[in-house]
Amino acid sequence: MSSGIMKRRPLKAADDKVHDFLTTGIGRVKALIRGSVKGFAKEHRPRSKNGRTAKAIFAEAQSPTDEDGNEIMIQVKKLSKIYGRRPEEALALLREGKDKGEVQSMTSNNVGLYDVSFDIRKGEMFVLMGLSGSGKSTLERCMNRLIEPTSGQVFIDGLDFTSLNDEDLRIARREKMSMVFQNFGLLPHRNVKDNVAYGLEIQGIPESERLERAVASIELVGLAGYGDRMPSDLSGGMKQRVGLARALATDPDILFMDEAFSALDPLIRGDMQDELIRIQSELGKTVIFVTHDLDEALKLGDRIALMKDGRIVQIGTAEEILQNPADEYVDRFVKEVDRSKILTANLFMRKPKNILYETQGPRTALRMMDNCDRDDMLVIDGEKRLIGMARSDGILRAMNAGDRDISGIVSDVPSVRPDTPMSEVVQIMVTTDFPIPVADDDGILLGMISPSAAAETLRNGGGE
Amino acid sequence: MASPVGIFAEELVDVIQYYLGWLLTIFKDVLDLILESVGGILTFPDPVPFIFALILISLLITKRLVLSLLIGAAFYIIEWMGYWDSAMVTLSMVLVATLVAVLIAVPLGIRASSGEKANPVIKALMDFMQTMPAFVYLIPAVIFFGLGAVPGVIATVIFAMPPVVRLTNLGIRQVPPEMNEVADAFGSTGWQKLTKVQLPIALPSIMAGVNQCIMLSLSMVVIAAMIGGGGLGGDIVNALSTIDVAVGFEAGLAVVLIAMTLDRLTQSFRENGA
Ligand SMILES: Nc1ncnc2c1ncn2[C@@H]1O[C@H](COP(=O)(O)OP(=O)(O)OP(=O)(O)O)[C@@H](O)[C@H]1O
Ligand SMILES: [Mg+2]
Repeated sequence: MSSGIMKRRPLKAADDKVHDFLTTGIGRVKALIRGSVKGFAKEHRPRSKNGRTAKAIFAEAQSPTDEDGNEIMIQVKKLSKIYGRRPEEALALLREGKDKGEVQSMTSNNVGLYDVSFDIRKGEMFVLMGLSGSGKSTLERCMNRLIEPTSGQVFIDGLDFTSLNDEDLRIARREKMSMVFQNFGLLPHRNVKDNVAYGLEIQGIPESERLERAVASIELVGLAGYGDRMPSDLSGGMKQRVGLARALATDPDILFMDEAFSALDPLIRGDMQDELIRIQSELGKTVIFVTHDLDEALKLGDRIALMKDGRIVQIGTAEEILQNPADEYVDRFVKEVDRSKILTANLFMRKPKNILYETQGPRTALRMMDNCDRDDMLVIDGEKRLIGMARSDGILRAMNAGDRDISGIVSDVPSVRPDTPMSEVVQIMVTTDFPIPVADDDGILLGMISPSAAAETLRNGGGE
Repeated sequence: MASPVGIFAEELVDVIQYYLGWLLTIFKDVLDLILESVGGILTFPDPVPFIFALILISLLITKRLVLSLLIGAAFYIIEWMGYWDSAMVTLSMVLVATLVAVLIAVPLGIRASSGEKANPVIKALMDFMQTMPAFVYLIPAVIFFGLGAVPGVIATVIFAMPPVVRLTNLGIRQVPPEMNEVADAFGSTGWQKLTKVQLPIALPSIMAGVNQCIMLSLSMVVIAAMIGGGGLGGDIVNALSTIDVAVGFEAGLAVVLIAMTLDRLTQSFRENGA
């Protein structure tokens, strides 16, 4: 049996080795052949006729300016989007003043957007923010017509974008705008370089030129040298850099980003935000950035539009929104963020280390206490529920009384929830000389907070 | 005798033969030519050089040395048992049938995937084609194309096509919506979206369909031997009429070896991607 396995392994290993060798070898030969075939094709292909360009389409239009003399890139005018079979019915009800929920229950139509109007300036980083379902993605996709609006208009550079025919719409999308997606949207069968070059390929730009521009774009997002990797080899942050590079490669005026950083973990997310700010200040693109995270909105947005139930409730700079919330909804949204910023118990707790089970005998308990040089310890039951605390004098008493376990001498102990603010924790702490246990709603012990952690809080002034 | 359903089918066959006979003849001649040239290519080299070429091709596709040697061994066994010529006839019929089936089925599958819901007409047609007992196709095939390999190939194409249509359709429908948005957001035309985004992502699924198509073709080729398709199927049919266990088993084994070879080749093609 074992000798059989021994015999088979070297064969399998050798086979794998041959496999790897052949894979790389054949890959190289293929690339060589492809290269020479393409070179031949390039020389012998008739130059493609130069068709209509975005420049020609947008030539007639005059881009408007606002009262301060800023150029306006995008104007949204009375835009509405109703999902469902009978949008007119829903629009009529909305005009009567019914809200999204009422329309939904009365007509089974879903209101994505209703009567939204605003301007976006050239070179502005404009953030659309709101809770899930508030219509952010719908609004963004109506601007590049991935979703066709039910009524209303979008003007881009002064041109009525909503009236473009299919052909002109495609050309405008190719040259004027591009998009970054929440889940990166990288084509799995293409390497980084060819993914980034996708937009240029669609425009019919010859291979050598588009690869050159792709490489430049890859360098711009800090991924130099990764051009030949496949998307599956990259981390989330790197994937989204590729997504950004692809969007920038066509040198568009407008960048649509839908929750572009939401799938990334917080640290990488912060990096990407910095990166976007840097790139935007370098290139001066107009960016429409969708997020449901106020912190992100405050950090990125030149202006922020807060959305609720398919409408915009407030537009303004970060300062304006924080200082002067337009209504109760915005106020709550802003407060929500403030509260989360308050320091809570879970940020300071450590894993509970030395703990006793209530079923342990007094002698074992005493020995454990000796070992870690303490004379009080937390006690939990078999399901990790916090029971209380045992002191060494109590355990001695139990030992002398001949008890089988320590459950008789456990005393109550004050505990806190993970979301209890540190200010309260500190107040409890001054009444005991004991680490404060943190337990969830079911009484399960999650961790404990030592006096030194609390002292840290007080020193940083976070506990007021 | 037959009910109106049967009479209708009979009338239909008559009408087709009467009005479209010339078209059928051209069709038959073209297929005959293709079959003959493929058969000619396959039987042109002697078995041994053929087997070496096969090992080399298998190495290129699978990049697995042991597997490739085993495939070579499989074909050597076929030659050693004395079924080389029959095997080549069968192989050429399978290859031609698969080629024709894929050429028809992939566009059909693409067409079926373009609507909101599954196209009910294509779906019903596929159900019909796949579940109608395979023997039934032999009858009109013989009427239209006479005896021989061509009607066998045609019956095979009809029988083996549905999985490719289904899996092409499915593969394209399963392309993540975000991928289609990517194609649209960058201004791709419908054709660019299909060839640069949808088909490459659907390729593993399509190749699974091709794999099934080949397996079905092989099983059908034996049935087609009843109308004179020849090849290994012919050997098996003869063995059946003379109750010759030895020949029956050997020819059957040769079919199995060809099937396994083609399966491994298409499967690894699928795993390695394009
Ligand atoms: N294809 C659709 N069909 C029907 N209703 C839709 C469709 N897409 C969106 N909706 C509805 O439109 C409303 C707005 O959706 P949208 O996706 O724009 O919200 P969002 O703000 O982007 O939310 P999230 O943060 O979850 O992405 C929601 O009520 C949603 O249910
Ligand atoms: Mg969304």
